[in-house]
Amino acid sequence: MTDKTILGGLDPELVTRLTTRREAIFKAGKLGVAPASAPIALGALSATTFGQGSPLPAQIVDTLNFALTLEFLEDEFYRTAINSRNLIPNTTRNVFRQISNHEAAHVKFLQGALGTAATAKPTFDFTAGGAFADVFSNYQTFLAVSQAFEDTGVRAYKGQAGNLISNNDVLTAALSIHSVEARHASEVRRIRGEKGWITGESRGTLPAPTQAVYDGEDNTTQGGANLAGLAGVPASAITEAFDEPLTKDEVLAIARLFIRA
Amino acid sequence: MSNIIKSRGDGKTQCASDGKRTFLKLSSAALAALAVSGTAIDALASGENAFLSIPIAPQTGAVDLGSGDTGILNYAYALEQLEAAFYTQAVGSPYGNMSAQERQVLTDLRDHEIVHREFLKTALGAGAIPGLTPNFGKIKFNNRKSVLETARTFEDLGVAAYNGAGKLLTNPEFLLLAGKIVSVEARHAAAIRDLLKPRSNNFSPKAFDQAFDPATVLKAAAPFIATPITANNLPRS
Repeated sequence: MTDKTILGGLDPELVTRLTTRREAIFKAGKLGVAPASAPIALGALSATTFGQGSPLPAQIVDTLNFALTLEFLEDEFYRTAINSRNLIPNTTRNVFRQISNHEAAHVKFLQGALGTAATAKPTFDFTAGGAFADVFSNYQTFLAVSQAFEDTGVRAYKGQAGNLISNNDVLTAALSIHSVEARHASEVRRIRGEKGWITGESRGTLPAPTQAVYDGEDNTTQGGANLAGLAGVPASAITEAFDEPLTKDEVLAIARLFIRA
Repeated sequence: MSNIIKSRGDGKTQCASDGKRTFLKLSSAALAALAVSGTAIDALASGENAFLSIPIAPQTGAVDLGSGDTGILNYAYALEQLEAAFYTQAVGSPYGNMSAQERQVLTDLRDHEIVHREFLKTALGAGAIPGLTPNFGKIKFNNRKSVLETARTFEDLGVAAYNGAGKLLTNPEFLLLAGKIVSVEARHAAAIRDLLKPRSNNFSPKAFDQAFDPATVLKAAAPFIATPITANNLPRS
Protein backbone atom coordinates (compact mmCIF):
# COMPACT_ATOMS: atom_id res chain seq x y z
CA MET A 1 0.00 0.00 0.00
CA THR A 2 1.42 3.36 -0.95
CA ASP A 3 1.27 6.40 1.26
CA LYS A 4 -0.89 8.03 -1.31
CA THR A 5 -3.46 5.31 -0.90
CA ILE A 6 -3.28 5.16 2.82
CA LEU A 7 -3.86 8.87 3.14
CA GLY A 8 -6.50 8.91 0.46
CA GLY A 9 -9.08 11.60 1.00
CA LEU A 10 -6.93 13.98 2.94
CA ASP A 11 -5.94 17.03 0.97
CA PRO A 12 -2.49 16.12 -0.36
CA GLU A 13 -1.21 19.60 0.32
CA LEU A 14 -2.31 19.32 3.90
CA VAL A 15 -0.58 15.98 4.28
CA THR A 16 2.54 17.47 2.85
CA ARG A 17 2.42 20.37 5.21
CA LEU A 18 1.83 18.17 8.22
CA THR A 19 4.28 15.45 7.55
CA THR A 20 7.04 16.65 5.30
CA ARG A 21 7.67 20.32 5.96
CA ARG A 22 8.06 21.30 9.52
CA GLU A 23 8.24 24.97 8.64
CA ALA A 24 4.57 24.91 7.77
CA ILE A 25 3.74 23.66 11.22
CA PHE A 26 5.79 26.43 12.74
CA LYS A 27 3.98 28.93 10.61
CA ALA A 28 0.53 27.57 11.23
CA GLY A 29 1.26 27.40 14.92
CA LYS A 30 2.50 30.99 14.87
CA LEU A 31 5.43 30.01 17.03
CA GLY A 32 7.97 32.14 15.28
CA VAL A 33 10.55 29.39 15.59
CA ALA A 34 13.11 28.92 12.86
CA PRO A 35 11.91 26.31 10.40
CA ALA A 36 13.62 23.05 9.71
CA SER A 37 14.96 22.92 6.24
CA ALA A 38 14.96 19.46 4.71
CA PRO A 39 11.70 18.03 3.41
CA ILE A 40 11.11 14.52 4.67
CA ALA A 41 9.00 12.07 2.73
CA LEU A 42 6.19 10.58 4.75
CA GLY A 43 7.37 7.05 4.11
CA ALA A 44 10.76 7.94 5.47
CA LEU A 45 9.47 9.49 8.64
CA SER A 46 11.09 8.13 11.71
CA ALA A 47 11.44 9.11 15.28
CA THR A 48 14.98 10.27 14.74
CA THR A 49 14.37 12.48 11.75
CA PHE A 50 11.11 14.18 12.54
CA GLY A 51 10.95 14.88 16.21
CA GLN A 52 14.10 16.94 16.49
CA GLY A 53 13.36 20.30 17.98
CA SER A 54 9.85 19.22 18.96
CA PRO A 55 8.05 21.49 16.49
CA LEU A 56 4.50 21.10 17.76
CA PRO A 57 3.27 22.94 20.84
CA ALA A 58 2.82 20.75 23.90
CA GLN A 59 -0.95 21.07 23.87
CA ILE A 60 -1.15 19.76 20.31
CA VAL A 61 1.35 16.97 20.98
CA ASP A 62 -0.68 15.89 24.02
CA THR A 63 -3.89 15.97 22.04
CA LEU A 64 -2.50 14.04 19.09
CA ASN A 65 -0.97 11.46 21.41
CA PHE A 66 -4.33 11.04 23.07
CA ALA A 67 -5.83 10.45 19.61
CA LEU A 68 -2.99 8.09 18.73
CA THR A 69 -3.67 5.98 21.81
CA LEU A 70 -7.30 5.57 20.74
CA GLU A 71 -6.29 4.78 17.18
CA PHE A 72 -3.81 2.17 18.45
CA LEU A 73 -6.69 0.63 20.37
CA GLU A 74 -8.98 0.52 17.35
CA ASP A 75 -6.27 -0.56 14.94
CA GLU A 76 -5.20 -3.57 17.00
CA PHE A 77 -8.81 -4.43 17.77
CA TYR A 78 -9.88 -4.69 14.13
CA ARG A 79 -6.63 -6.28 13.02
CA THR A 80 -7.07 -9.00 15.62
CA ALA A 81 -10.73 -9.46 14.73
CA ILE A 82 -10.04 -9.84 11.03
CA ASN A 83 -7.40 -12.45 11.76
CA SER A 84 -9.68 -14.34 14.13
CA ARG A 85 -11.10 -17.39 12.42
CA ASN A 86 -14.84 -17.68 12.09
CA LEU A 87 -15.50 -14.37 13.80
CA ILE A 88 -16.61 -11.96 11.07
CA PRO A 89 -19.06 -13.41 8.54
CA ASN A 90 -18.52 -12.84 4.85
CA THR A 91 -21.55 -10.56 4.75
CA THR A 92 -19.78 -7.81 6.68
CA ARG A 93 -16.17 -8.67 6.04
CA ASN A 94 -15.68 -5.80 3.60
CA VAL A 95 -17.05 -3.37 6.14
CA PHE A 96 -14.57 -4.36 8.84
CA ARG A 97 -11.69 -4.60 6.42
CA GLN A 98 -12.42 -1.02 5.46
CA ILE A 99 -12.62 0.13 9.05
CA SER A 100 -9.39 -1.70 9.85
CA ASN A 101 -7.61 -0.05 6.94
CA HIS A 102 -8.83 3.34 8.09
CA GLU A 103 -7.64 2.89 11.65
CA ALA A 104 -4.24 1.77 10.36
CA ALA A 105 -4.07 4.89 8.22
CA HIS A 106 -5.00 7.08 11.18
CA VAL A 107 -2.24 5.52 13.28
CA LYS A 108 0.31 6.01 10.55
CA PHE A 109 -0.74 9.59 9.96
CA LEU A 110 -0.63 10.55 13.65
CA GLN A 111 2.72 8.87 14.13
CA GLY A 112 4.04 10.76 11.13
CA ALA A 113 2.79 14.09 12.43
CA LEU A 114 4.17 13.48 15.91
CA GLY A 115 7.54 12.05 14.95
CA THR A 116 9.64 11.22 18.01
CA ALA A 117 7.00 12.75 20.22
CA ALA A 118 4.61 9.90 19.34
CA THR A 119 3.53 7.85 22.31
CA ALA A 120 4.21 4.12 22.42
CA LYS A 121 1.48 1.60 21.76
CA PRO A 122 -0.04 0.32 24.99
CA THR A 123 -0.74 -3.35 25.67
CA PHE A 124 -4.44 -3.95 25.28
CA ASP A 125 -6.92 -6.29 26.86
CA PHE A 126 -9.96 -6.28 24.62
CA THR A 127 -11.86 -8.51 27.01
CA ALA A 128 -11.81 -5.61 29.50
CA GLY A 129 -10.73 -7.88 32.33
CA GLY A 130 -13.17 -10.57 31.26
CA ALA A 131 -16.29 -8.45 30.75
CA PHE A 132 -16.09 -9.23 27.03
CA ALA A 133 -14.33 -12.58 27.35
CA ASP A 134 -15.48 -13.86 23.95
CA VAL A 135 -14.83 -10.65 22.03
CA PHE A 136 -12.82 -12.45 19.33
CA SER A 137 -14.91 -15.59 19.17
CA ASN A 138 -18.45 -14.26 19.43
CA TYR A 139 -19.51 -11.96 16.59
CA GLN A 140 -22.15 -10.19 18.66
CA THR A 141 -19.66 -9.39 21.41
CA PHE A 142 -17.20 -8.14 18.81
CA LEU A 143 -19.90 -5.90 17.29
CA ALA A 144 -20.84 -4.53 20.70
CA VAL A 145 -17.26 -3.57 21.55
CA SER A 146 -16.79 -2.16 18.05
CA GLN A 147 -19.80 0.10 18.43
CA ALA A 148 -18.62 1.27 21.82
CA PHE A 149 -15.16 2.10 20.43
CA GLU A 150 -16.52 3.98 17.43
CA ASP A 151 -19.07 6.02 19.35
CA THR A 152 -16.35 6.81 21.92
CA GLY A 153 -13.95 7.81 19.17
CA VAL A 154 -16.42 10.31 17.77
CA ARG A 155 -16.92 11.90 21.17
CA ALA A 156 -13.19 11.90 21.89
CA TYR A 157 -12.16 13.76 18.74
CA LYS A 158 -15.03 16.17 19.15
CA GLY A 159 -13.93 17.02 22.65
CA GLN A 160 -10.41 17.87 21.48
CA ALA A 161 -11.21 20.16 18.55
CA GLY A 162 -10.87 23.26 20.69
CA ASN A 163 -7.35 22.22 21.72
CA LEU A 164 -6.27 22.22 18.08
CA ILE A 165 -7.76 25.56 17.10
CA SER A 166 -4.34 27.24 17.01
CA ASN A 167 -3.17 25.08 14.11
CA ASN A 168 -5.43 25.00 11.06
CA ASP A 169 -3.73 22.02 9.44
CA VAL A 170 -3.85 19.82 12.50
CA LEU A 171 -7.44 20.86 13.24
CA THR A 172 -8.60 20.05 9.71
CA ALA A 173 -6.86 16.67 9.75
CA ALA A 174 -8.48 15.82 13.09
CA LEU A 175 -11.89 16.84 11.76
CA SER A 176 -11.33 14.65 8.70
CA ILE A 177 -10.70 11.70 11.02
CA HIS A 178 -13.56 12.62 13.36
CA SER A 179 -16.21 12.35 10.66
CA VAL A 180 -14.79 9.05 9.43
CA GLU A 181 -15.14 7.63 12.94
CA ALA A 182 -18.75 8.78 12.82
CA ARG A 183 -19.28 6.94 9.53
CA HIS A 184 -17.82 3.83 11.14
CA ALA A 185 -20.08 4.24 14.15
CA SER A 186 -23.17 4.60 12.00
CA GLU A 187 -22.35 1.50 9.97
CA VAL A 188 -21.58 -0.70 12.97
CA ARG A 189 -24.69 0.49 14.79
CA ARG A 190 -26.85 -0.33 11.78
CA ILE A 191 -25.26 -3.74 11.40
CA ARG A 192 -26.28 -4.32 15.01
CA GLY A 193 -29.84 -3.31 14.18
CA GLU A 194 -29.61 0.07 15.90
CA LYS A 195 -30.15 3.44 14.28
CA GLY A 196 -26.96 4.98 12.96
CA TRP A 197 -27.40 7.88 15.43
CA ILE A 198 -27.67 8.07 19.19
CA THR A 199 -31.07 8.69 20.78
CA GLY A 200 -30.94 10.35 24.18
CA GLU A 201 -28.24 8.68 26.22
CA SER A 202 -29.42 5.22 25.30
CA ARG A 203 -26.85 2.49 24.89
CA GLY A 204 -29.56 0.49 23.11
CA THR A 205 -28.84 -3.19 23.31
CA LEU A 206 -25.26 -2.77 24.47
CA PRO A 207 -24.38 -4.20 27.90
CA ALA A 208 -24.35 -2.02 31.00
CA PRO A 209 -20.54 -1.56 31.20
CA THR A 210 -20.75 0.61 28.06
CA GLN A 211 -23.12 3.19 29.52
CA ALA A 212 -20.31 5.72 30.05
CA VAL A 213 -19.98 5.87 26.26
CA TYR A 214 -23.45 7.40 26.05
CA ASP A 215 -23.79 9.43 29.23
CA GLY A 216 -24.59 13.05 28.42
CA GLU A 217 -25.80 12.38 24.88
CA ASP A 218 -29.26 13.41 26.07
CA ASN A 219 -28.26 17.08 26.13
CA THR A 220 -30.84 19.34 24.49
CA THR A 221 -29.20 22.72 25.12
CA GLN A 222 -27.00 23.83 22.24
CA GLY A 223 -25.10 27.09 22.29
CA GLY A 224 -27.35 28.26 25.11
CA ALA A 225 -30.60 27.46 23.31
CA ASN A 226 -32.76 24.77 24.87
CA LEU A 227 -34.16 22.99 21.85
CA ALA A 228 -36.48 20.72 23.82
CA GLY A 229 -40.01 21.08 22.57
CA LEU A 230 -39.02 22.34 19.15
CA ALA A 231 -42.16 22.22 17.06
CA GLY A 232 -42.55 19.87 14.14
CA VAL A 233 -40.08 17.15 15.12
CA PRO A 234 -40.22 14.27 17.61
CA ALA A 235 -38.30 14.71 20.87
CA SER A 236 -35.89 11.96 19.79
CA ALA A 237 -34.67 14.09 16.88
CA ILE A 238 -33.40 16.82 19.20
CA THR A 239 -30.77 14.61 20.80
CA GLU A 240 -30.08 12.54 17.71
CA ALA A 241 -29.24 15.67 15.73
CA PHE A 242 -26.25 16.55 17.93
CA ASP A 243 -23.39 14.31 19.04
CA GLU A 244 -21.87 15.34 22.35
CA PRO A 245 -18.18 15.57 23.26
CA LEU A 246 -16.38 13.72 26.02
CA THR A 247 -13.45 15.15 27.95
CA LYS A 248 -10.06 13.49 27.76
CA ASP A 249 -10.52 12.10 31.27
CA GLU A 250 -13.94 10.69 30.44
CA VAL A 251 -12.55 8.98 27.36
CA LEU A 252 -9.53 7.62 29.20
CA ALA A 253 -11.78 6.21 31.90
CA ILE A 254 -13.48 4.19 29.16
CA ALA A 255 -10.28 3.31 27.30
CA ARG A 256 -8.47 2.19 30.46
CA LEU A 257 -10.85 -0.74 30.76
CA PHE A 258 -9.10 -2.07 27.67
CA ILE A 259 -5.52 -1.08 28.47
CA ARG A 260 -3.35 -3.48 30.41
CA ALA A 261 -0.21 -1.39 30.45
CA MET B 1 -35.07 34.50 23.97
CA SER B 2 -34.61 38.12 24.92
CA ASN B 3 -31.29 38.34 23.13
CA ILE B 4 -32.70 37.25 19.88
CA ILE B 5 -35.64 39.56 20.00
CA LYS B 6 -33.48 42.43 21.11
CA SER B 7 -31.01 41.92 18.32
CA ARG B 8 -33.80 41.64 15.82
CA GLY B 9 -35.18 44.93 16.90
CA ASP B 10 -31.95 46.86 17.11
CA GLY B 11 -32.28 48.16 13.59
CA LYS B 12 -28.81 47.06 12.54
CA THR B 13 -30.05 44.54 10.06
CA GLN B 14 -32.84 46.51 8.52
CA CYS B 15 -33.50 44.37 5.52
CA ALA B 16 -37.23 44.33 5.38
CA SER B 17 -37.55 42.96 1.93
CA ASP B 18 -40.47 40.71 1.30
CA GLY B 19 -38.22 37.70 1.66
CA LYS B 20 -37.02 38.75 5.06
CA ARG B 21 -40.50 39.48 6.33
CA THR B 22 -41.68 36.09 5.21
CA PHE B 23 -38.73 34.48 6.89
CA LEU B 24 -39.38 36.26 10.18
CA LYS B 25 -42.99 35.24 10.12
CA LEU B 26 -42.13 31.64 9.44
CA SER B 27 -39.57 31.47 12.15
CA SER B 28 -41.69 32.87 14.94
CA ALA B 29 -43.36 29.58 15.75
CA ALA B 30 -40.08 27.76 16.06
CA LEU B 31 -38.60 30.52 18.12
CA ALA B 32 -41.49 30.45 20.53
CA ALA B 33 -40.42 26.99 21.58
CA LEU B 34 -36.89 28.03 22.43
CA ALA B 35 -35.41 29.46 25.55
CA VAL B 36 -32.11 31.18 25.01
CA SER B 37 -29.58 32.17 27.60
CA GLY B 38 -26.15 30.94 26.68
CA THR B 39 -22.86 32.40 25.69
CA ALA B 40 -22.63 31.22 22.10
CA ILE B 41 -25.85 32.84 21.11
CA ASP B 42 -25.09 35.87 23.24
CA ALA B 43 -21.90 36.34 21.27
CA LEU B 44 -23.81 36.34 18.04
CA ALA B 45 -26.63 38.46 19.31
CA SER B 46 -24.45 41.20 20.68
CA GLY B 47 -20.92 41.62 19.38
CA GLU B 48 -21.08 39.81 16.11
CA ASN B 49 -24.25 41.31 14.85
CA ALA B 50 -22.94 44.80 15.03
CA PHE B 51 -20.68 43.97 12.13
CA LEU B 52 -23.12 42.10 10.00
CA SER B 53 -23.52 43.01 6.44
CA ILE B 54 -27.08 43.41 5.29
CA PRO B 55 -28.27 39.93 4.40
CA ILE B 56 -30.02 40.97 1.22
CA ALA B 57 -28.16 43.02 -1.34
CA PRO B 58 -30.85 45.30 -2.76
CA GLN B 59 -29.31 45.61 -6.20
CA THR B 60 -29.18 41.98 -7.14
CA GLY B 61 -31.61 40.28 -4.82
CA ALA B 62 -28.79 37.97 -3.85
CA VAL B 63 -28.48 36.75 -0.30
CA ASP B 64 -25.09 37.53 1.19
CA LEU B 65 -23.88 35.15 3.87
CA GLY B 66 -22.01 37.88 5.74
CA SER B 67 -18.63 37.79 7.41
CA GLY B 68 -16.78 36.26 10.33
CA ASP B 69 -18.26 33.47 12.41
CA THR B 70 -21.73 34.74 11.54
CA GLY B 71 -20.98 34.25 7.86
CA ILE B 72 -19.82 30.68 8.46
CA LEU B 73 -22.91 29.89 10.51
CA ASN B 74 -25.08 31.38 7.74
CA TYR B 75 -23.22 29.18 5.29
CA ALA B 76 -24.11 26.16 7.44
CA TYR B 77 -27.66 27.45 7.79
CA ALA B 78 -27.99 27.64 4.01
CA LEU B 79 -26.87 24.02 3.64
CA GLU B 80 -29.18 22.83 6.41
CA GLN B 81 -32.10 24.63 4.75
CA LEU B 82 -31.31 22.80 1.55
CA GLU B 83 -31.10 19.41 3.23
CA ALA B 84 -34.26 19.90 5.29
CA ALA B 85 -36.24 20.95 2.21
CA PHE B 86 -34.94 17.99 0.25
CA TYR B 87 -35.84 15.36 2.85
CA THR B 88 -39.19 16.99 3.52
CA GLN B 89 -40.06 16.51 -0.12
CA ALA B 90 -38.50 13.05 -0.30
CA VAL B 91 -40.59 11.85 2.64
CA GLY B 92 -43.68 13.81 1.62
CA SER B 93 -43.80 12.32 -1.88
CA PRO B 94 -42.04 8.99 -1.46
CA TYR B 95 -40.80 6.96 -4.39
CA GLY B 96 -42.59 3.70 -5.07
CA ASN B 97 -41.62 0.66 -3.04
CA MET B 98 -39.80 2.73 -0.43
CA SER B 99 -38.88 0.14 2.18
CA ALA B 100 -39.78 0.65 5.82
CA GLN B 101 -36.10 0.94 6.63
CA GLU B 102 -35.54 3.56 3.95
CA ARG B 103 -38.57 5.52 5.10
CA GLN B 104 -37.26 5.44 8.67
CA VAL B 105 -33.82 6.67 7.65
CA LEU B 106 -35.13 9.43 5.39
CA THR B 107 -37.64 10.55 8.03
CA ASP B 108 -34.96 10.69 10.72
CA LEU B 109 -32.69 12.65 8.41
CA ARG B 110 -35.49 15.09 7.65
CA ASP B 111 -36.10 15.64 11.35
CA HIS B 112 -32.39 16.03 12.16
CA GLU B 113 -31.89 18.57 9.39
CA ILE B 114 -34.92 20.51 10.58
CA VAL B 115 -33.40 20.61 14.06
CA HIS B 116 -30.09 21.83 12.62
CA ARG B 117 -31.85 24.44 10.53
CA GLU B 118 -33.94 25.75 13.39
CA PHE B 119 -30.99 25.73 15.76
CA LEU B 120 -28.84 27.77 13.38
CA LYS B 121 -31.68 30.18 12.66
CA THR B 122 -32.09 30.72 16.38
CA ALA B 123 -28.37 31.09 16.99
CA LEU B 124 -28.04 33.62 14.20
CA GLY B 125 -31.04 35.64 15.30
CA ALA B 126 -31.26 38.87 13.36
CA GLY B 127 -28.08 37.93 11.52
CA ALA B 128 -29.71 34.98 9.82
CA ILE B 129 -30.11 34.96 6.10
CA PRO B 130 -33.71 34.57 4.93
CA GLY B 131 -35.30 31.33 3.90
CA LEU B 132 -33.81 30.17 0.61
CA THR B 133 -35.84 28.81 -2.27
CA PRO B 134 -34.59 25.39 -3.36
CA ASN B 135 -34.43 24.21 -6.94
CA PHE B 136 -35.01 20.48 -7.02
CA GLY B 137 -35.99 20.37 -10.68
CA LYS B 138 -33.33 17.82 -11.54
CA ILE B 139 -34.27 15.41 -8.75
CA LYS B 140 -36.70 12.62 -9.60
CA PHE B 141 -38.51 12.22 -6.31
CA ASN B 142 -40.39 9.21 -7.69
CA ASN B 143 -37.11 7.40 -8.31
CA ARG B 144 -35.22 5.62 -5.52
CA LYS B 145 -31.82 5.98 -7.13
CA SER B 146 -32.25 9.68 -7.79
CA VAL B 147 -33.37 10.38 -4.23
CA LEU B 148 -30.71 8.30 -2.50
CA GLU B 149 -27.91 9.52 -4.73
CA THR B 150 -28.95 13.12 -4.14
CA ALA B 151 -29.04 12.38 -0.42
CA ARG B 152 -25.53 10.96 -0.63
CA THR B 153 -24.36 14.07 -2.46
CA PHE B 154 -25.88 16.37 0.14
CA GLU B 155 -24.57 14.42 3.13
CA ASP B 156 -21.04 14.05 1.80
CA LEU B 157 -21.08 17.72 0.85
CA GLY B 158 -22.28 18.65 4.32
CA VAL B 159 -19.49 16.65 5.94
CA ALA B 160 -16.86 18.23 3.70
CA ALA B 161 -18.35 21.68 4.30
CA TYR B 162 -18.27 21.45 8.09
CA ASN B 163 -14.82 19.85 8.04
CA GLY B 164 -13.52 22.68 5.89
CA ALA B 165 -15.28 25.37 7.90
CA GLY B 166 -13.77 24.36 11.23
CA LYS B 167 -10.59 26.32 10.69
CA LEU B 168 -12.58 29.38 9.58
CA LEU B 169 -14.36 29.71 12.91
CA THR B 170 -12.75 31.80 15.63
CA ASN B 171 -15.07 31.10 18.56
CA PRO B 172 -14.22 27.67 20.07
CA GLU B 173 -17.82 27.24 21.12
CA PHE B 174 -18.99 27.51 17.52
CA LEU B 175 -16.29 25.04 16.54
CA LEU B 176 -17.66 22.58 19.07
CA LEU B 177 -21.22 23.14 17.83
CA ALA B 178 -20.10 22.51 14.26
CA GLY B 179 -18.41 19.35 15.50
CA LYS B 180 -21.62 18.21 17.17
CA ILE B 181 -23.44 18.56 13.86
CA VAL B 182 -20.83 17.26 11.42
CA SER B 183 -20.55 13.84 13.00
CA VAL B 184 -24.31 13.43 12.68
CA GLU B 185 -24.05 14.39 9.01
CA ALA B 186 -21.34 11.75 8.67
CA ARG B 187 -23.60 9.18 10.33
CA HIS B 188 -26.24 10.13 7.76
CA ALA B 189 -23.80 9.84 4.88
CA ALA B 190 -22.80 6.34 5.95
CA ALA B 191 -26.41 5.22 6.32
CA ILE B 192 -27.42 6.53 2.89
CA ARG B 193 -24.33 5.03 1.31
CA ASP B 194 -25.13 1.72 2.97
CA LEU B 195 -28.65 1.81 1.55
CA LEU B 196 -27.13 2.27 -1.90
CA LYS B 197 -24.49 -0.45 -1.52
CA PRO B 198 -25.32 -2.51 1.56
CA ARG B 199 -22.52 -3.85 3.77
CA SER B 200 -19.79 -2.88 1.34
CA ASN B 201 -16.90 -0.48 1.83
CA ASN B 202 -19.10 2.26 0.38
CA PHE B 203 -20.21 3.73 3.73
CA SER B 204 -16.84 5.36 4.27
CA PRO B 205 -14.82 5.42 1.10
CA LYS B 206 -11.74 7.10 2.52
CA ALA B 207 -9.72 7.07 5.72
CA PHE B 208 -9.89 10.87 5.83
CA ASP B 209 -13.03 12.72 4.88
CA GLN B 210 -12.87 15.66 2.54
CA ALA B 211 -12.61 19.21 3.84
CA PHE B 212 -13.89 21.70 1.27
CA ASP B 213 -13.72 25.46 1.35
CA PRO B 214 -16.99 27.39 1.10
CA ALA B 215 -16.46 28.35 -2.54
CA THR B 216 -16.20 24.70 -3.55
CA VAL B 217 -19.24 23.72 -1.53
CA LEU B 218 -21.41 26.59 -2.71
CA LYS B 219 -20.54 25.82 -6.31
CA ALA B 220 -21.66 22.24 -5.81
CA ALA B 221 -24.83 23.33 -4.02
CA ALA B 222 -25.73 26.13 -6.42
CA PRO B 223 -27.71 23.97 -8.88
CA PHE B 224 -30.06 23.07 -6.03
CA ILE B 225 -30.69 26.60 -4.76
CA ALA B 226 -32.81 29.06 -6.73
CA THR B 227 -31.96 32.03 -4.52
CA PRO B 228 -28.69 33.67 -5.59
CA ILE B 229 -26.10 33.58 -2.80
CA THR B 230 -22.99 35.68 -2.45
CA ALA B 231 -20.19 34.69 -0.11
CA ASN B 232 -17.50 37.23 -0.84
CA ASN B 233 -17.17 38.29 2.77
CA LEU B 234 -16.64 34.88 4.31
CA PRO B 235 -13.33 34.34 6.08
CA ARG B 236 -10.74 32.60 3.93
CA SER B 237 -8.37 31.28 6.53
